[in-house]
Amino acid sequence: MIAVLRKELASWFASPLAWVVMALFLALSGFYFYTNLSFFLLNGGFDLTRGLWQYQFVDLLQRNFFLLPLVTMRLFAEERRHGTLELLWTYPLRDAQIVLGKYLAALVVFALMLAGTAIHPLLLLPAGAPVAAGPLVAGYLGLFLVGAAFLACGTFVSSLTDSQVLAAAATYTLLVLFWALTWNEFAVGAPVLWILSGLSLFDRFYTFARGGIDTRDVVFLLLFAAVFLAWTLLALGARRWRGVR
Amino acid sequence: MIEVSHLVKTFGDLAAVDDVSFRVGPGECVGFLGPNGAGKTTTMRTIAGIFPPTSGTVTVAGHDVVRDADAARRALGYFPEHAPFYPELTVEEYLAFVARAKRLPRKARPDAVARALAACDLGAVRRRLVGTLSKGFRQRVGLAQALLGDPEVLVLDEPTAGLDPAQKREIADLVLSLRGRRTVLFSSHVLPEVAQVAQRVVIVDRGRVVAEDEAGALAARLGGSSALRLRADAPVGALRDAVAAVPGVSDVAVEGDRVRVEIAGEEARAAVSRAVTSRGWTILELAGEAPTLEEVFLRLVGGGRETAGAPSRDGDARPGRDRAGADGPRGRGGVA
Repeated sequence: MIAVLRKELASWFASPLAWVVMALFLALSGFYFYTNLSFFLLNGGFDLTRGLWQYQFVDLLQRNFFLLPLVTMRLFAEERRHGTLELLWTYPLRDAQIVLGKYLAALVVFALMLAGTAIHPLLLLPAGAPVAAGPLVAGYLGLFLVGAAFLACGTFVSSLTDSQVLAAAATYTLLVLFWALTWNEFAVGAPVLWILSGLSLFDRFYTFARGGIDTRDVVFLLLFAAVFLAWTLLALGARRWRGVR
Repeated sequence: MIEVSHLVKTFGDLAAVDDVSFRVGPGECVGFLGPNGAGKTTTMRTIAGIFPPTSGTVTVAGHDVVRDADAARRALGYFPEHAPFYPELTVEEYLAFVARAKRLPRKARPDAVARALAACDLGAVRRRLVGTLSKGFRQRVGLAQALLGDPEVLVLDEPTAGLDPAQKREIADLVLSLRGRRTVLFSSHVLPEVAQVAQRVVIVDRGRVVAEDEAGALAARLGGSSALRLRADAPVGALRDAVAAVPGVSDVAVEGDRVRVEIAGEEARAAVSRAVTSRGWTILELAGEAPTLEEVFLRLVGGGRETAGAPSRDGDARPGRDRAGADGPRGRGGVA
């Protein structure tokens, strides 16, 4: 597993896409931090320790939504295209080690991206602005967990195709679906809405953004990731009955 | 050692491999031949543990590829069709990854990588990105990853596909250098390459073994109808007419100052010789022309007319051996 993880990280950082994605992420989150901060300073009276981060985290979540499918699209699609997946299967590695190695590599990349945004609260400290640890911890945990769910979804989609473009597009489609599930509360009856809002990834995030941690949300997001990773394993196992392609 | 016993692999309704049995002994190099779609790659993938057999068993170095998958994979180096590679890694990075993926002990890895680089003559390009290498070098990188860790068994799926003749020669030499030290199964649909490196040949068609023998013996055994080249101190036209009248001669053609005589059996060979000398001519040259492996191959998988029930060398009747020619010409002769 470590072998796959290391190889994935080496491949990722060797690609120009990696640097573009990470630069975009940091540039956009910096821009949003600036606009959010000015908004709060100009309007005044808002709760800077919580309100600012609530805005900032929701904005960061959107950046994740746009950029994380670009991190996962290559994971398996690239290997299928080059025929290297077939080769991995001949090494003494289990499918689970291959899937986890790749998924963990994506998580490491994402964690590095998030770590880059930690500069924003640090920037406020010398200015004497109040920065409370609690909402930050909750917000980053939420971002990481929802991101982990995005990445698992993207990993699964990537395992189905040998086209990176298709993998990214299909991942966006699935994520939009999970986002838009509850957009129109009036279109569906109460019981359906209850199920849909239960499944919505984005609704899960708002408690975190407000500085709270709900264990139900944590469990749901972890389960969400686990289910997609299990499906990834099934997708790889399909070679038993449908061959390598 | 590789042992394939009654291997069947189906994908849905399609039987890609249908009751294939053969054995590659320790240190032996066996050529695995067949037209595209014959089941070569599926058989090799099953040996490599990529997917399990539908039925039958496969063992690699004595380890069952399903029940003892880890041990079987550790004993095996596999080269897939179309040398795969990670274009963004250097040759050295790539091989270091393979060494870790093959679970070589940490201390043994640098040495193993160095030996694989040396064996495939990759030293000069080891810091180059794999994606920038020529096809011949990439193919060698593919072989290097298979050789890494000195596995007892090598399964090479068309390692020479798409290479120019000089590169093919290099790969063939590399495989030859392994003879006796590794068990090698080498597939190709280009016969002369297999004839160069393999001691024995297994021919498959439509998921079944249609022939299995030593490369030379196979050609000789199936060469029931072969040709002679004849030159004598006689006018070539008269020579042609004289030979054409001999019983057992099926065709005569003039080729320069020689005639090419197609004969049905060994008796005809002597009769041709007598027909020439009885006219007072002297034979200057009489050379047998054994069918090439290529012709044998075409007969087995393409026409299949003359070789029905081709007996195996040891005379047993393993399934799948007796069907060549059973269903007549299929118009697939062009595949080789």
